[in-house]
Amino acid sequence: MKVKTTLMASAIAAVAGGAMAEEMTIVSWGGAYSKSQLKAYHEPYSEKTGVTILNDDSSAEAVAKLRAMNEAGNITWDVVDVVAADAIRLCDEGLAMEIDPDVHLAAAPDGTSAADDFGDLLVSDCFIPQIVYSTTFGYRTDLVGDTPPTDVCAVFDLEAYPGKRSLEKRPINNMEWALICDGVAKDDVYDVLATAEGQDQALAKLDTIKDSVVWWSAGADTPQLLADGEVIMGSTYNGRLFSVIEEQKQPVAMLWDAQVFDLDGWIIPAGLSEERTQRALDYIMFATDTQRLADQAKYISYGPARASSAPLVGQHADLGIDMAPHMPTDPENAKNTFLYNYEFWADYRDDIDAKFQAWLAQ
Amino acid sequence: MTDATQSGPMLAADGTPLKKSLARSLRRRKLRALALIAPLLLFVLLSFVIPIVSMLFRSVENGIVAETLPLTVVELKNWDAESGELPDEALYAAFTKDMVVAIDEKTHTRLGSRLNYEQTGMSSMFRRSGRQIKKLDPETDGPFKDKLIDIHDGWGDIETWRTIKTHAVPITNGYFLNAIDMRRTPEGAQAQPEDKQILIKLFGRTLMMSLIITASCILLAYPVSYLLATLPMRVSNLLMILVLLPFWTSLLVRTSAWKVMLQQQGVINETLVWLGLVADDARLVIINNQFGTIIAMTHILLPFMILPMYSVMQTIPPSYTRAAKSMGATNWTTFWRIYFPQSIPGIGAGSILVFILAIGYYITPEIVGGTKGVFISNRIAYHISSSLNWGLAAALGTILLAVVLLLYWCYDKIVGIDNVKLG
Amino acid sequence: MAALTPISRKPMSVVLPAVAIAGGFLGMFVGAGQGSVLLGIVIGAALMAGLAWVYVNVLDNERMARWITILGLGALGLLFAGVTGLIVGLLAGWFFAFFIFWLYEGRYRQKLLPYMTGQQVFWHYAFRVICGAIFVFLITPILVVLPLSFNAQDFFTFTPEMLRLDPEGYSLKHYRDFFTNNEWQRSFKNSLIIAPIATIISVSLGTLAAIGLSQSHVPGKRAIMGILISPMIVPLIISATGMFFFYSDIGRFLEGTLGMDKNFVGYVKVILAHAVLGIPFVIITVTATLVGFDQSLTRASANMGAGPVRTFFKIQMPLILPGVISGGLFAFITSFDEVVVVLFVGSASQKTLPWQMFTGLREQISPTILAVATILVVISIALLTTVELLRRRSERLRGLSPA
Repeated sequence: MKVKTTLMASAIAAVAGGAMAEEMTIVSWGGAYSKSQLKAYHEPYSEKTGVTILNDDSSAEAVAKLRAMNEAGNITWDVVDVVAADAIRLCDEGLAMEIDPDVHLAAAPDGTSAADDFGDLLVSDCFIPQIVYSTTFGYRTDLVGDTPPTDVCAVFDLEAYPGKRSLEKRPINNMEWALICDGVAKDDVYDVLATAEGQDQALAKLDTIKDSVVWWSAGADTPQLLADGEVIMGSTYNGRLFSVIEEQKQPVAMLWDAQVFDLDGWIIPAGLSEERTQRALDYIMFATDTQRLADQAKYISYGPARASSAPLVGQHADLGIDMAPHMPTDPENAKNTFLYNYEFWADYRDDIDAKFQAWLAQ
Repeated sequence: MTDATQSGPMLAADGTPLKKSLARSLRRRKLRALALIAPLLLFVLLSFVIPIVSMLFRSVENGIVAETLPLTVVELKNWDAESGELPDEALYAAFTKDMVVAIDEKTHTRLGSRLNYEQTGMSSMFRRSGRQIKKLDPETDGPFKDKLIDIHDGWGDIETWRTIKTHAVPITNGYFLNAIDMRRTPEGAQAQPEDKQILIKLFGRTLMMSLIITASCILLAYPVSYLLATLPMRVSNLLMILVLLPFWTSLLVRTSAWKVMLQQQGVINETLVWLGLVADDARLVIINNQFGTIIAMTHILLPFMILPMYSVMQTIPPSYTRAAKSMGATNWTTFWRIYFPQSIPGIGAGSILVFILAIGYYITPEIVGGTKGVFISNRIAYHISSSLNWGLAAALGTILLAVVLLLYWCYDKIVGIDNVKLG
Repeated sequence: MAALTPISRKPMSVVLPAVAIAGGFLGMFVGAGQGSVLLGIVIGAALMAGLAWVYVNVLDNERMARWITILGLGALGLLFAGVTGLIVGLLAGWFFAFFIFWLYEGRYRQKLLPYMTGQQVFWHYAFRVICGAIFVFLITPILVVLPLSFNAQDFFTFTPEMLRLDPEGYSLKHYRDFFTNNEWQRSFKNSLIIAPIATIISVSLGTLAAIGLSQSHVPGKRAIMGILISPMIVPLIISATGMFFFYSDIGRFLEGTLGMDKNFVGYVKVILAHAVLGIPFVIITVTATLVGFDQSLTRASANMGAGPVRTFFKIQMPLILPGVISGGLFAFITSFDEVVVVLFVGSASQKTLPWQMFTGLREQISPTILAVATILVVISIALLTTVELLRRRSERLRGLSPA
């Protein structure tokens, strides 16, 4: 039954696609990430369907721009790549359309339904996850002395690891790490953080290293700071650290401890015309099947969001190294992990952000 | 005049009375002037002023509560928020009815996001409850009070209803209160908790830093413009290249350049350490603070000061200073009494440009400003593109605009805007 | 250039202390590097004063003295601090050789007015040194990052290889990236289309309006001026969002009702948005030049039978041209360097250079943006120099002596 629906949906989409599709605009982040999508998704898709794909590197402004487009009633984007938290916000605001995974997504090769294959990662009704990435720490192997850090609390240990560290200029992740290193059990972190005392506790912990922190706001900052030796350790996305270590051969190593998993994936803007919606759905079905997701890992070290894709992850396309050990989801790396609590941050983001900014400005 | 009255009105060459003819010619000139201005004025009005004003209008607009929950809002009017008791069943029934419609139109989560700015937790409350309330039939499933409280504790909390009631007004001062570190509560305007107060501080900091940047631009631009204006053309044109080059170079590149220069492992620190002027473990901290922002922004805005100053100084005849000196004035007197007053229009134009541009910058402070060097525009950008709180962003923008206009007005009163020359 | 002022040799009582001070200053840095600042100052001062004395009283051969100083200090630098020291030493040597004889022969007065007092002469040079420092401030950051565009790595970092001047540390790959990468090429081309057209629109409309504004008796002058300047005052991010709504409607109208090409409409939107942002600069500069404009000239022209258009191009335009040009320059830069508005109003096919740079900086710090900056700097130096050379040529042709 499911296979049948899937087939039918793709047949309809293929007919529809062949009939009118000339062009679609896909929005993503730019840089190496867009390149990996180009290789793994866009090129094979264009080849298969003849649709020309325009890449727009506007994901950083996607939330605001989608809202403006929606209000103006003139939506020029077809598929948008956003992080899960933004997807939830867009879904809440009615700016993204709901997608039923079992109808619109391909099942796994072994017949597992898409909903089961993605599992818990379907965090919003509007969001189809694509990769699992993590925000984690990298450190300069030559600047941390004889005992390289093995646990995330090294960030808060100025005595053992003197020097600057870089953290993202927002409360998310930092507050959690601060609480964990202040003795709060991992399972209680969000309960504690929901209270005013808990927030103060986290900020107090961050206060102990405030003078040694360089705050970053773009993902490329920490790699640059590490390469300069400007900081001895810093948080960033694991793919950026992979590139620093394996592609740029810098003396940097990963500290996977307490990495925070996050998701990045697709949404389709609400309010597209019927034919454009069909085309967008067809693209997403193609781009999120088991093989494509595994293919993307050839170009960038982010874990595929489907369980069924993990065994298919192969080698890096240029470097020829095995990618599996560089995935955040690899068992060796994922001994101590943390999943971004979307529900919590959707509620508390405004409140805690105001406190965090006030604390920063002190 | 008496002549004219005696022999009738004075006539122009074509026989019409002169007064009339003059008035006509004046009217024609006015019309011509207006015709010259009109295309641009219309263009700017249509494409800029109207959209911006409607954008800024969001700072008071708040129709969302009444539009999403029309029946509830009516019922809430009858509920006394001070009573300390939960609203009655009628309100819960009205609310269920509203919510069923809203869920159908998928607007309930939007309202949740809006109210979440005011009370943390509203966002997930609306989203989660939505899934359950959808199953209720507003006609047959009553009474709803207990059912709703079962679905989410929040509906049994008086604070929830107080928040909805407080923000049910179509035109609100809430965003403006937020913008000055206050908030709208059932008891009227109150100060934000101390640990969330930041915006007034940022306004003050933005103004202060912009003033410092303007002052340092004046200080650096004055001698250079003087030199450029007094040197022979062929030399000054070559030196002008040095001013124009940074001007041509992308803002992003210049900002990155300052990062490369100023950071602890950067060019300046490395050089100082190499020279032995600074110990290796005591490198200067000159970035990610206010100093970094001031240096980088002074550098970026300096050409906006030099160019107007230069063009004004070029028009000051050197014979004036020579005359002053030949009459026995000292160097200082000549400069201060003769040259400087004539160069003030250039300073004025440059200062206005630099100050206004500085106050609105956010990319440079974001990159080199660290925690203490960020500006209010950074928060505006955050609320526009990240938190989607456009109402607050518009309120902050309106205040910023008002401050700029106020300063402009003061400047006009003190210096006189006609005294400004540029280009 | 002929000497304005007859020069004479200066006594040693002037030369020696001045040279000693400069020598002490240099010695301070070397001393700091070697451990003792005080010793450095003393040795530096003594060494330089001694050299000056020997050159003037014993050697008396400027050429030879120059080479001795340059090579000597170069060798010293090499001894203390390797290759970099050698370069610094050679430069210092060149400076001291020049400085000693410049002071001793009294050349510093050569180009100055004969009646200037000693204090004025001193202030004259001090002022130039200050201005020189400000020029250094203006230009150093740019000169410093340009070499990074040849970095073999993908970071904004001077690697050890680069500092050793090892060819391994350098590469042209970022230039290759710029010239072969479609994204960069497209955005560069887009910028070259959008910025000039936007400039032309804002300059022409702005100049017309400025002329209208400068007439007497314009009703509501202040309010009109305020409206026209407003795009400069509103914070960019708010302008960007607000303008999005307007241009979205315009875009729909042009595409839907008039059936224009989507791409073309995209350009129109960005160009108009940038033109609006450039207008305040044009208005301010041109009205300012018109303040001093003598209106009787236009009347005289009309009197002699010229129509308004002719009067404008033959009389007004040449006189207000400097203001128009600098306004146009501001407007051009506003568009060429603008990233916030284009992010909102534009779509992928209108990606401009700053937009591409912005993504580049955010997503992967790549020195390609420095390669672009270097190319632009070279182009603008070439342009400015050509303009200057042409100006001098026409001056010569017209028989004007250089001003």
